[in-house]
Amino acid sequence: MKKTILFLAALAVSVAAALAQNAAPAGNAENGKKLWVKNNCYSCHGYEGHGGSVGPKLAPKPISMVAFMAIVRHPPQSTMPTFTARVISDSDLRDMWAYLNAIPAAPAYKDVPLLNAIQ
Amino acid sequence: MATSKNTDRRGFLKGAAALAGAAPIALAPQSVLAQTAAAAPAETPARTVEVLTNERPGADFMMDVIKSLGIEYAAANPASSCRGLHESMINYGGNKSPELLTALHEESSVAMAHGYAKIEGKPLIAMVHGTVGTQHAAMAIYNAWCDRVPAIVILGNETDATARRSFVEWTHAAQDAAAIIRDYTKWDDNPTSLQHFAESLVRAYRIAMTPPMGPVAIIANAKLQEEPIEEKGLRVPKLTPVLHPVGDSGAILETARMLVNAENPVIVAGRMAHNQAGMTLLAELADTLQAPVNDQRNRVNIASSHPFYNTGNVVNADVILALEVEDIFMLTHRMSQLNRIGMEPPKKIIKDTCKVVSISSVELFQRSNYQDFARYNEVDMAIPGDAQATLPLLIEACKKLITGDRRAAMQARGAKLTAQYKKNKETALTEATLGWDSSPLTPARISAELWAQIRNEDWSLVGNDMFFGRWPSRLWDFEKHYQFIGGSGGEGVGYGAPAAVGAALANRKYGRLTVNIQNDGDLNYAPGVLWTAVHHNIPLLSIMNNNRGYHQEVMFVTTMAARANRDVTRAGIGTKLDKPYIDYATMAKTYGMTGIGPITDPKDVGPAIKRAIEVVKAGEPVLIDTVTQGRG
Repeated sequence: MKKTILFLAALAVSVAAALAQNAAPAGNAENGKKLWVKNNCYSCHGYEGHGGSVGPKLAPKPISMVAFMAIVRHPPQSTMPTFTARVISDSDLRDMWAYLNAIPAAPAYKDVPLLNAIQ
Repeated sequence: MATSKNTDRRGFLKGAAALAGAAPIALAPQSVLAQTAAAAPAETPARTVEVLTNERPGADFMMDVIKSLGIEYAAANPASSCRGLHESMINYGGNKSPELLTALHEESSVAMAHGYAKIEGKPLIAMVHGTVGTQHAAMAIYNAWCDRVPAIVILGNETDATARRSFVEWTHAAQDAAAIIRDYTKWDDNPTSLQHFAESLVRAYRIAMTPPMGPVAIIANAKLQEEPIEEKGLRVPKLTPVLHPVGDSGAILETARMLVNAENPVIVAGRMAHNQAGMTLLAELADTLQAPVNDQRNRVNIASSHPFYNTGNVVNADVILALEVEDIFMLTHRMSQLNRIGMEPPKKIIKDTCKVVSISSVELFQRSNYQDFARYNEVDMAIPGDAQATLPLLIEACKKLITGDRRAAMQARGAKLTAQYKKNKETALTEATLGWDSSPLTPARISAELWAQIRNEDWSLVGNDMFFGRWPSRLWDFEKHYQFIGGSGGEGVGYGAPAAVGAALANRKYGRLTVNIQNDGDLNYAPGVLWTAVHHNIPLLSIMNNNRGYHQEVMFVTTMAARANRDVTRAGIGTKLDKPYIDYATMAKTYGMTGIGPITDPKDVGPAIKRAIEVVKAGEPVLIDTVTQGRG
């Protein structure tokens, strides 16, 4: 219960901060791409953060950087481990978020002939 | 038929020793021996010549019994303790029904039987050496056990200690050869006569085929195989058809009442459908009740194009009907996959008022040691019986109970489920676009590329798609029972490749295009089965899910490191298959198979599949190496 309250508080602060956040992305996307692989984030969430059967979709259009960092530090009840600053620094998290934020939007399935043929 | 009673091996040695004692032979120049031989007919006194051949070994009768069961194939890695049966199979039996398949590992033999049975609906023989061969076969037998699949394992063993010839025969003999696999076989026996063997093999067949189905083991004593037939009145026992047990009629009627009166019933199907008839029955029940069916993908239980397919939500259910579902606790509870610090205990996700009914043949037979039975199924009604065999009674009972009012309510429910089905499909298609052009390749992209080229063929997917994000299950239309065979059951890695070859073998005579999604870690356990596929002309398209590691474990070790506040970047040690990467196309070529790849550009997948299908249609196996995402 205590952890849940802490998480909700952190998330509330994060959301508030995100709303106030400047639109310009922070962090180095190129370095973030390397860190994404190095820290094995791709293993659950895919190389492009598109998600999989274990980890949810994070990109394109990721949640705000502050919310992203809050969840990494205090994940909700799930299989997602807690990554403290001793394991992944704030700076590295910002770079990884920048990488996710730089991933272009996916096409609509109706614009992908192989998928459009399935419906 | 043997012409002398002295032709067993002990008799042979005794005779040979006597001859040597009576007429010691001195070494002589070849020319002298030749002259002696030329003169011999006139000078040698008449004597009885011992017959050292045996034209009717016991293995011939064993073959008579095996043939009576209509078994098409026997997979075997050659074994000295099975040599008599091996020889009888290929000569006396004509190498037909069963035909001997050369396997390069006992685990492959059994896994081939596993895959074959899920397509053909009947067992194949895996002939394995006692002791070491059985040790090799053990994991595959366990998988078949957990997956409720029939297989007949014949173990060679020299039970008679005085008949063992060498140190190897001693180290490869056992007092109780089946002991090592008894915890995960339905039945075994160690026959001591040919008639005993006959009755035990036919009994074993019946036991294997009676739900819950499973592997059985019969020991073929080496001496029985090799010695002449001396038993009188041998006969092959009659095999009567195996009937599947039906659930109690009173309990079925009560279940029907609950289902008909339910507002939100959910049907969940595990290993329910044995064949196409099972799918038809389940669709009839769903249509009758206008109820959703959640298919756990252990088999194809209902067509994935059915408008109620996977549209159920157990959270809102007032009645859950579980058909051959083994782990009802996990169906009705939510819990984290990992033992995360601060993890909450399992949380019940169904309503307290929800009634759960289970119809399962597994209630009829369980073992103790290995824990594949999961937690206690705390249901409102547990009906022992085969679910498919019980469905006709349940459908009939439901139809009789449906009133006009209930029919109208059901039709309204059915319309909502159909809308949910369309929504699910839209979601799947939208999610499939994510990472569409990514390299490594996404399983969604590969699945869509495959589907475009097989959808108009008579296809069969024989590899599990669990580690492939279930993308084939989400995107393809599964209409036939043989179009998907689920996974290994016991999650013992090394099942995929040989099971696919066995399933492809069963599909061959029907001319089906067999497709396998092959995990890289799995293939490395016993890749020799690729050679078996080539050697026996088994057409099979294998597409590698080559994520270059054991990514389930990458995730777990990463989690453990994060939990300990330690370096997560080292989680690849011991889990990743890199430095060097394994070249699976070259591996396939080494075994004589067409190998394509490695493919890293998604644009190359379609042309590779096109080429591969041409190879398969020519009757050969082919492997495409696609480099894929970590976890689909």
